[in-house]
Amino acid sequence: MTDLSSNPSSTNSNDTMEDTVWVQEVAFIDSVPRWIAMTFVFVVFIGTWYFVTAFGLVSPIILPTPLETFQDMIFVGTNLVTGGYMLTALWITILEVIYGFALAIAIGFSLGVLVGETAFGEKAVMPYLVAIDTMPKVAFAPLFVAWLGFGIESKVALAAFIATFPIVVGTAAGLHAADENARMLFKTMGASRMQTLIKMKLPSGLPQIFTGLKIGAVGVMAGAITGEFLGGGKGFGELIRVAASQLNTPRVFSLILYLSLVGLALYLLVQFTQRKVVFWHAERVGSHDG
Amino acid sequence: MTSLMAETKVGAPFGAPVYELNRVSKTYARNLVVALEEVDLTLRKGSFTSVIGSSGCGKSTLLKIMAGLIPPTKGRVVLQDKPVTGPRRDIGMMFQQATLFPWKTAIENIVLPIEIRDGKPAAKAAMAKAHELMEIVGLKGFEHVYPNELSGGMAQRTSICRMLITEPAVLLLDEPFSALDELSRDMMNMELQRICREQDATAFLVTHSIQEAVILSDEIVVMKPRPGRVSEIVKVDLPRPRTLDMMTTPEFGEIVEYIRTQLDKGEDM
Repeated sequence: MTDLSSNPSSTNSNDTMEDTVWVQEVAFIDSVPRWIAMTFVFVVFIGTWYFVTAFGLVSPIILPTPLETFQDMIFVGTNLVTGGYMLTALWITILEVIYGFALAIAIGFSLGVLVGETAFGEKAVMPYLVAIDTMPKVAFAPLFVAWLGFGIESKVALAAFIATFPIVVGTAAGLHAADENARMLFKTMGASRMQTLIKMKLPSGLPQIFTGLKIGAVGVMAGAITGEFLGGGKGFGELIRVAASQLNTPRVFSLILYLSLVGLALYLLVQFTQRKVVFWHAERVGSHDG
Repeated sequence: MTSLMAETKVGAPFGAPVYELNRVSKTYARNLVVALEEVDLTLRKGSFTSVIGSSGCGKSTLLKIMAGLIPPTKGRVVLQDKPVTGPRRDIGMMFQQATLFPWKTAIENIVLPIEIRDGKPAAKAAMAKAHELMEIVGLKGFEHVYPNELSGGMAQRTSICRMLITEPAVLLLDEPFSALDELSRDMMNMELQRICREQDATAFLVTHSIQEAVILSDEIVVMKPRPGRVSEIVKVDLPRPRTLDMMTTPEFGEIVEYIRTQLDKGEDM
């Protein structure tokens, strides 16, 4: 094997020359696992919180101590697990979110196909959608209450109203995602408009459609809670409002925390569905498109 | 020089005419640009024809007309004795990008034209044929692989199969390998030659590479811009099958040089 190095000088000099091995600098954070970095931030956050409250820098009405909040979280958690009144309220909010999201998907997807697929939709309907989208949609809450009453319907309507637009935009953008070659290929295959839509444009646009769904999933939660704040009812938002009016700040904190779990679950559900359906589209870790 | 190239536009010694274009012109109404002027072209059964020319010479317009994607302003376009008035199943087409759909496996992509034209059951029935084609292009074993996992060359082989599945009378190739690296491109060109011979295919290639055109073609259509027109049809008399070694022969060099001169003339105008 040694005769492979045909250059005689190289074998000689290799013995005397030192390897050029050097240490490449690695940023410290690159060598730290994610969970340690996240725990670090959490500890700093709680520590600062504790410091600020324990030394009386902030009034306890404005900011409870971490311990008080934790105790209240256990109380609320117990109530939820044992099927107390809070579970009933949470279930109402969850129903609002589910109905609102389903409605937003149905309307958003249909409008998205209309503006993304038809020239009429793009020319005549899209400008109105953009105009409505720029309005502060929360301001419509009193109208929904007036039209639909103080029950669950007005909250569903506001939740759906907020979540519809990102789904419209995602669907419309998705339908434009297919490249020129794919369109030409479908033309050469003599595909009908319906075939082109179903077999090419919609599947090509799924990543964008799911991005719209994720933004919608966040919005639908905000819509339901805002609806409850402004329109009463018996949901979780009402519990938060009441706790806040009683200056029960630890309760507000723990309720928000449990509520955020619902939002997170919905978001993760959409993400999970996306990974199953759009299996070919590798998503970057810690995706920023949500 | 002239012994190698009969500088004439009349018939090459191949089979019967398959695709015929007579006085085909295209003027785009939008800006009144004359993209093509009076193009006459005959593709004979089993022949390989390339079209070469600088950008704006009307190559892609010509290809779109031949694919039935856009109508000509004037002239006759006839494939297998039937006028071309839209996309047809006897026209196969291949693009610079493989354009495979990532949610379908390789073999599902290949039978897609059948699925679109004849429905899902027909596509299922065509699976056996797709297997055969995949074996021909050297993709055996990759039937159920998704396009993400295919290399650029393998993806283009898959799209060759998709083009062949409908048994088209003419293959329209729009710079099919220009996105590949040079080594893969040479290899794919030889593959293409082999497949065309085996299938006795009539092929029409749009390319930017003179070498590619010469190594593959029986006839090379040299086009000139403003307005896009055929300036000359060059016959390539190199023996078949062609090999990559031929690219170093003086005959090959002469033809390449000749076409280059023709193209440069066009640029001066």
